[in-house]
Amino acid sequence: MLEIRNLKASVEGKEILKGINLKVNAGEIHAIMGPNGSGKSTLASVLAGKQDYTVTDGEILFEGKNLLDMKIEERAHEGIFLAFQYPVEIPGVSTVNFLKTAVNETRKAKGLAPIEAKDFLATMREKMKLVEMDSKLTSRALNEGFSGGEKKRNEVFQMAMLEPKLAILDETDSGLDIDALRIVAHGVNTLRNKNNAFIVITHYQRLLDYIVPDFVHVLSDGKIVKSGTKDLAFELEEKGYDWVKEETINS
Amino acid sequence: MEDSDKILDELTTTEYKYGFVSDIEQDILAKGLNEDVVRFISAKKNEPEWLLEWRLKAYRHWLTMVEPTWENVHYPKIDYQSYHYYASPKVKPQLASMDEVDPEIRKTFDKLGISLVEQMRLAGVAVDAVLDSVSVVTTFKDKLRELGIIFCSMSEAVKEHPELVKKYMGSVVPSTDNYFAALNTAVFSDGSFVYVPKGVRCPMELSTYFRINAANTGQFERTLIVADEGSYVSYLEGCTAPMRDENQLHAAVVELVAHDNSEIKYSTVQNWYPGDKDGKGGIFNFVTKRGICSGVNSKISWTQVETGSAITWKYPSVILKGDNSIGEFYSVAVTNNMQQADTGTKMIHIGKNTKSRIVSKGISAGSSQNSYRGLVRINKKATNAQNFSQCDSLLMTDHCGAHTFPYIEVNNTSAKVEHEATTSKIGEDILFYCNQRGIGNEEAVNLIVNGYCKEVFNQLPMEFAVEAQKLLAISLEGSVG
Repeated sequence: MLEIRNLKASVEGKEILKGINLKVNAGEIHAIMGPNGSGKSTLASVLAGKQDYTVTDGEILFEGKNLLDMKIEERAHEGIFLAFQYPVEIPGVSTVNFLKTAVNETRKAKGLAPIEAKDFLATMREKMKLVEMDSKLTSRALNEGFSGGEKKRNEVFQMAMLEPKLAILDETDSGLDIDALRIVAHGVNTLRNKNNAFIVITHYQRLLDYIVPDFVHVLSDGKIVKSGTKDLAFELEEKGYDWVKEETINS
Repeated sequence: MEDSDKILDELTTTEYKYGFVSDIEQDILAKGLNEDVVRFISAKKNEPEWLLEWRLKAYRHWLTMVEPTWENVHYPKIDYQSYHYYASPKVKPQLASMDEVDPEIRKTFDKLGISLVEQMRLAGVAVDAVLDSVSVVTTFKDKLRELGIIFCSMSEAVKEHPELVKKYMGSVVPSTDNYFAALNTAVFSDGSFVYVPKGVRCPMELSTYFRINAANTGQFERTLIVADEGSYVSYLEGCTAPMRDENQLHAAVVELVAHDNSEIKYSTVQNWYPGDKDGKGGIFNFVTKRGICSGVNSKISWTQVETGSAITWKYPSVILKGDNSIGEFYSVAVTNNMQQADTGTKMIHIGKNTKSRIVSKGISAGSSQNSYRGLVRINKKATNAQNFSQCDSLLMTDHCGAHTFPYIEVNNTSAKVEHEATTSKIGEDILFYCNQRGIGNEEAVNLIVNGYCKEVFNQLPMEFAVEAQKLLAISLEGSVG
């Protein structure tokens, strides 16, 4: 589904990603872990297409198509979803209205007619249950006055509504209490199927107790320095990131 | 940041879509302004002596006045001698139906997407279309006449209902009120007149489309709406103007009079040519709009969506004289490129238990400057007066400006006055978020702007609200690539 080859990216002249290689197949969950400043969020942003980053080398293929040639919204239409670490607030635009626009723009890109209001509302009700989202929240302005946990749940709710092929969760666990974490994880696990894939970016092993990854990659100084199964996450938790760094240097 | 600015710049530099000139033969008075011009206009319209005298008095007073400079806008000095003060279509047809309308004029309206036929058929709107200074088409008059409602051009009102015109014209905005009102009084060309008799609820939205069409013709419209006891009327005014190279002066006066238990709702969608993206050309819009709630329990509500003009100088106001009267002002003002707007309202509380509500939404894009200026005055005898003001500003770029000048004067301790204000910016992070959800920049801006303006759009009649949304989209198109 996704193939990243020797990806290098910089921001304001400073190289952050220094040659990433990663292959994600449908049905897989990949966790990307790493210390602060290792390039985890940069990778998420580059995949989504954020303009602050300049790709200096390498390529990203998504279902065989060159992702780097596409605009941000085109990538979204292709089925890439980013759950933001810090979701923005949009005053005056309700979550319902925002999502309806998002769904319809994606449908438009695929040559489909706008969704019937009735169907949209029915789907929404169903998906709201998934993340135990209060219906009052969806009629309020997007994320405005939402708590940290509500914002993250809203991200997973939007993901459920948009049904992406590849979802990237950028530190979705940060700032969540254990109950919220469980709800978010439940959402992801329910949405998981053999046709979609997830990249879960996290700092801590904790989230991976709830969302069990098929592969764990350790990112350090802009490179994937170690890959393994979920056991690698436990090892990291135990030994700390310095262990990986040392190991890298030694090798 | 640079990227988002570039994107916003692109979105905000789309050329004016309604820029065209229709080719209708016109009768134009030579440029310049003096007493003879005032006399010429009056004579051309066969006006009675008192009206000429009133014009001349205003003109003489105007000569002693100085153009105001307190507003937060900048423009080259206006040479009042460089304008034509009278223009009318050469052939002034007397029409019984749409079929008789000059095909050129109809084409013009079609281009604007405001087909009169459609308007009449779909919306049941009576349209008094003012093409340049003279009324060309007036419709639905018969139906209104049955109810005793008078809806006609000002020239016609002067002839047919001189007693009403004489009684009310200038009663809300005196001829000497301000520089531009005095100028308007001296040379006003035409406009609309509405009188709704006692106890009558006007069954349709009354609507006028204004349009400047002859090159360099200053437009001096004059509108007067009188709602007699217990009556109700909703009036819509909208305009789109053709592209011009030179600045065009527009100084209209609108007066509203609401008697006991009556209500007037006045809605405007304004889209005068704003000038090109470097600020060349564009309309100067210096308008005096004021209503008086002269009777008890009366209500006046102004709603405006302002997207056009190079310069906007406009403060639709309400004098709350009658006890328990209500004044409202709902405004969306969009400025783009080099546009400048200084707009707001005045709510003057005189009667007891009077209430006013102000909701102002400013949107600034490009290098434009957008100012809200509002006065809430509670007079000594206005016991238990209440005001609520909400003034919001939305910025689309780093080099535009939003300013708020609220003036509050309270002379009665029982008054309750609230003022809230916010400023926000459509930042790169918001656009990125929308894009990531599959929403392109243009659609994202529409979504955000429409959400932001919802409270004002809700005040507009439905067809008008749809048109206003489209207008906003067109005005801000290109500020996001």
